[in-house]
Amino acid sequence: MGFEVLLKGNNMLRLWQGLLVALKISLLSVVISIALGVVLGILMALKLPVLKQILRAYLEVVRIMPQMVLLFLVYFGTTKAMGINLQAETAAVIVFSFWGTAEMADLVRGALQGIPKIQYESSMSLGLNTYQTYVYVIIPQIIRRMIPLSINLITRMIKTTSLVMMIGIVEVLKVGQQIIEANRKTSPNAAFGVFAVIFVMYFLACWPISQLSKYLEKKWEN
Amino acid sequence: MESNEILRVNGISKRYGDISVFEHLDLSVKKGEVVVIVGPSGCGKSTFLRCLNGLEEIQEGEVLLDGERISQNPKELSRTREKIGMVFQSYDLFPHLTILQNLTLAPVKVKKRNKKDVEKEAEELLERVGLLSKKDRYPRELSGGQKQRVAIVRALIMHPEVLLLDEITAALDPEMVKEVLDVVLSLAKEGRTMVIVTHEMQVARAAANRMIFIDGGKIVEEGEPTEFFEHPQTERLRQFLHSFSYEAE
Repeated sequence: MGFEVLLKGNNMLRLWQGLLVALKISLLSVVISIALGVVLGILMALKLPVLKQILRAYLEVVRIMPQMVLLFLVYFGTTKAMGINLQAETAAVIVFSFWGTAEMADLVRGALQGIPKIQYESSMSLGLNTYQTYVYVIIPQIIRRMIPLSINLITRMIKTTSLVMMIGIVEVLKVGQQIIEANRKTSPNAAFGVFAVIFVMYFLACWPISQLSKYLEKKWEN
Repeated sequence: MESNEILRVNGISKRYGDISVFEHLDLSVKKGEVVVIVGPSGCGKSTFLRCLNGLEEIQEGEVLLDGERISQNPKELSRTREKIGMVFQSYDLFPHLTILQNLTLAPVKVKKRNKKDVEKEAEELLERVGLLSKKDRYPRELSGGQKQRVAIVRALIMHPEVLLLDEITAALDPEMVKEVLDVVLSLAKEGRTMVIVTHEMQVARAAANRMIFIDGGKIVEEGEPTEFFEHPQTERLRQFLHSFSYEAE
C-alpha cells in the first residue's frame, strides 16, 4: 500500500518537520490576525462612516480573492515590480495575516454589537461605573463569544497553509511529494501511503483544536 | 409630612431633538409609598422611569433623591444608582455569571462589602423568593419568571432607597406572571418605596398607595387606587380602564 517508504531513512521525521513548518506559519499568522483583528473590529463597531466603508471593502476583497492568487501576488509579484525580495515564509505570513485579520475583525465586530444595550444599562443601574461595566460585564461576555470562533479560524488557517508549497515552502505536503518522487521506482504505491499519513497528521493537528472550540462553545453558551 | 419625602421630580421634560416625549412632569414619592404609573403604550411612562435614575438625559427640570439633586455627571450618577434600584422588562441577568455571582457582583465591587457576608445575604434573599436551589445555575437554565425574581433580588441586595420596576411582567408567559407579582406584593407590604410601571391592573390595585395615569406625555389623573379605579374623573382614564375589561355589554 505504499506505507513502507515512510520507514525508510528519516522520512517520517521529515514529514513531521514539514507539518511543523505549516503549524509555525499558521500560528504566527493567527497571533498577528488576533492582535490586528481586535483593533480593526473595535474600529468597525464604532461606525465611523468613512472608515467603515474602507474596512468593508477590505473584508469583501479578502472574501472574494482566492488566497493562492494573493500568495502569488505577494511572493512573485512584488519581487520584480517593487524590487522587494520577500522570503517565502514571510510572504505566506503576510497573506494569511491579511486574510485572518479581516475574518477576526468581523468576529470582534459581531461580538461587540451582539451585546445588547440593556446589558450596559442593567450594569449601570446597579451602580457600576463605565470601567467596572466593561471589566466585569461586557468584556467577559465578548471573550466567551470570541474564543470558540477564533479557535475555529486557527484550524482553517492550518488547513489553508497547504497552499504555501505553491510558493516553494517545503511543508508537509511538499515533503510528501518529494518522498513519493524519490521512491517512484521501488514503491510505485507510495502516493497512497504518504498522503494517507499526511491526512492523519492534519487530523491530529486540527481535531484537538476543534474539540476544544466545541467544548468552550458548549460551556459558555448563553 | 414633607419631611419623609424621598424622591421628588420637578418639572422634567424629555425630548429627542424636536420630538417631545413628555413636558414638565412632577412627582413626589414618600418613604414607604408605592406609586404605580399606568398609561397606553408609548405614553412615555417607561422613559419617565428611566429618567429617574439617569438612564435617559432630561432636557429640563430636576430629580431630587433625599433632597439632593441627581446630577448627570457619570461619576456621581453611579453613586446615585446605588440608592435607586431598577428592574427591567427583559430581566437582563449577566449571562456569564451564576445566579449567586449575579447577585454579589455589585455589592462586592461597588459597595466593597465582604464577599462572604454578601453571599450569605444573597442566599437568604434567594430563599425568600424560593430560588435558593438555583444559586449555582446560570441564567440560561432558569425560566423567565425565575430570572425576573433573581433580577429583583439583584436590585434589592444593593439596599436601594427606591426601587423602580419597569413593566417587569410584560415579557413573561402568563403562568409566570403571578410568581413575580407575589414578590412585588410582599415588598409592597413590607413598606418598600417603589415606583412601578405596569399593565397589570390587578396588581396595581393590590400594591399601589397612589395611582398615576399618564397619556400623551402628561399626568392626566392621579389618586388613591379605589377612587382611581371605581370613579375615574376623566374621560380618557375611563376609556383606558375600559380597554382592560372584557365584560359583555
